[in-house]
Amino acid sequence: MSEMFSMSAIGSVAAPPRVGREQKALRAGFIPLMDASILIVAAELGFADKEGLRLDLVRDVSWANVRDRLAFRQFDIAHMLSPMPVASMLGLGSNPSPTITPFSLGRGGNAITLSARIFERMQALTALPDDASALANAQALASVLLDMRARGEAAPTLGMTYPFSSHNYEFRYWLAAGGIDPDRDVKLVVVPPPLTSDALAAGAIDGFCVGAPWNMVASERGTGRIVAAKQDIWPLAPEKVIGLRPDWAEANADTVSRLIVALDRAARWCDEAGNHDQLAEILSSAPYIQAPRDIIRRVLNGEFNLDAQGNKRIIPDYFLFHRGAANYPRPEQALWIYSQMMRWGQAFFSEEDRAHAESAYRPDLYRNALGAEASVPDAAEEAAMLSNFMDGQVFDPAHMQAYVAGFQVKTDAAPPLTAHDA
Amino acid sequence: MSGSKITADLTILVIDENAIRASIIEEGLADAGHCKVTVIHEVNGVARLIETLQPDVIIIDIESPNRDMMEHMFQLTRSVSRPIAMFVDRSDTASIEAAVDAGVSAYIVDGLKKERVKPILDMAVSRFNAFSRLQRELAEARNALEERKIIERAKGILMKMRGLSEEEAFALLRQSAMNEKKKIADIAQSVVTAAGLLL
Repeated sequence: MSEMFSMSAIGSVAAPPRVGREQKALRAGFIPLMDASILIVAAELGFADKEGLRLDLVRDVSWANVRDRLAFRQFDIAHMLSPMPVASMLGLGSNPSPTITPFSLGRGGNAITLSARIFERMQALTALPDDASALANAQALASVLLDMRARGEAAPTLGMTYPFSSHNYEFRYWLAAGGIDPDRDVKLVVVPPPLTSDALAAGAIDGFCVGAPWNMVASERGTGRIVAAKQDIWPLAPEKVIGLRPDWAEANADTVSRLIVALDRAARWCDEAGNHDQLAEILSSAPYIQAPRDIIRRVLNGEFNLDAQGNKRIIPDYFLFHRGAANYPRPEQALWIYSQMMRWGQAFFSEEDRAHAESAYRPDLYRNALGAEASVPDAAEEAAMLSNFMDGQVFDPAHMQAYVAGFQVKTDAAPPLTAHDA
Repeated sequence: MSGSKITADLTILVIDENAIRASIIEEGLADAGHCKVTVIHEVNGVARLIETLQPDVIIIDIESPNRDMMEHMFQLTRSVSRPIAMFVDRSDTASIEAAVDAGVSAYIVDGLKKERVKPILDMAVSRFNAFSRLQRELAEARNALEERKIIERAKGILMKMRGLSEEEAFALLRQSAMNEKKKIADIAQSVVTAAGLLL
């Protein structure tokens, strides 16, 4: 009965309630990363129960699997990279199947780490201070790349997580802001996040951009140096989202609303600094993240050991689970992702595709579920956020082509990758 | 094998870190008349291999985190027509479930007719399942052996400490197991552990 009560308290739900016939036990795919916190907490601390839902969390090893298992109904909902629903709606990737997101799992968590070896060369060559900005670090790397080329050394190999990932676009953004062409001057490869620290230590890669806690793990080992955080590149950048099949969401409208309420409560809980000891405890337990609890706890605080020499940096709101309307799936974010796909030759512009990209993010479902409790960004904040890029660019969703054309470094005239039929 | 001639000319790449499973699949493909099969156990350098090999079908296990690496490569590689993931026919849910349950995924180069690929995927699924069964049986056999050893040791301890015959010692273990609703091996383990603490 209490669920019914809370449903009426949260306002209008788009579809007529069909309680009883909708699915209440949800299989939720996830990859063990700190940005799965909200989903994990919703399942572990009873927020889903309270909404009359059961969340069965299923751990997976690759984003391609998560995508396929959602498409083929092995998962009902999934922890996904924010560009994945956009790519799916654009028909990109090797198994595109319509995917939407009604809820963003927060912002932050990514960083870029370079090998200690490369960073030492950056310092030696450019007198880079220890507290250099993300842009200064990127420019210093550009100098090292020129030096390496002059000496006939091979271009460094850098790791990220997936072709349609925040990491791919953020890494490229950072490199390009420093004047580096990510397709010509370095070699970008995919490395599964838990392997990044070892790959760096073994010299298989010279740097990477992944989510927490793997940057911190590498810097504490002394094998890597953190040179930029997601916040430095673009604070509004979306990170992970909850992905759903649109047909399933339609047939289970009441369940989707309950899910959003449960995730909202879990997100508020995760945002409370007073809960971070418990959150670190849960995340570091067996089924979740295999990293030391104290590292996870410090990452939640945004306390970064940049290297093994004790250089520290505190990044306020390194993880934003709820505040700043962090859960609101902003169509502008979907469009920014589309702009980066255009920039790097994964997609071309058309009004039709613009509409497809935008349709991946569904703030209407978020608002419907939460009613007056929805955390919606206000216009002034929104405008400011669209201009906080590390290279001073301003994203104008109304002029996508001009925005992309304005970048000095981008992929030129690559033939469009044709979309496969879904 | 009947019907194998239709598909025998396909070039197939098998990527599996598990060498035993890979060889089981390779054998299955050979039995079905496929001779253009390449098997690799690690993904380093796979991009170049795919470019030179131009496979029609790529089979990979889904427990491999390297699937994301493959996805990236397919995005970059323009010289190879882009493969699509796994499923020949989206409406064929039974095949899809069977494949995912078995833990196998396949990439199929665009334009290949599903009738040609389905037998390959079906074969991969059945070989993956056969391999899991084999592993399960092996684990069970190993367990059974371990359990027998523990029971022997527990019997020995009881015979020595309580002056029982072998049959009496076993009967005592079995009776305790029935009383406590546990397996004989668990009771035997307790006896061995307790004896280790006491003696």
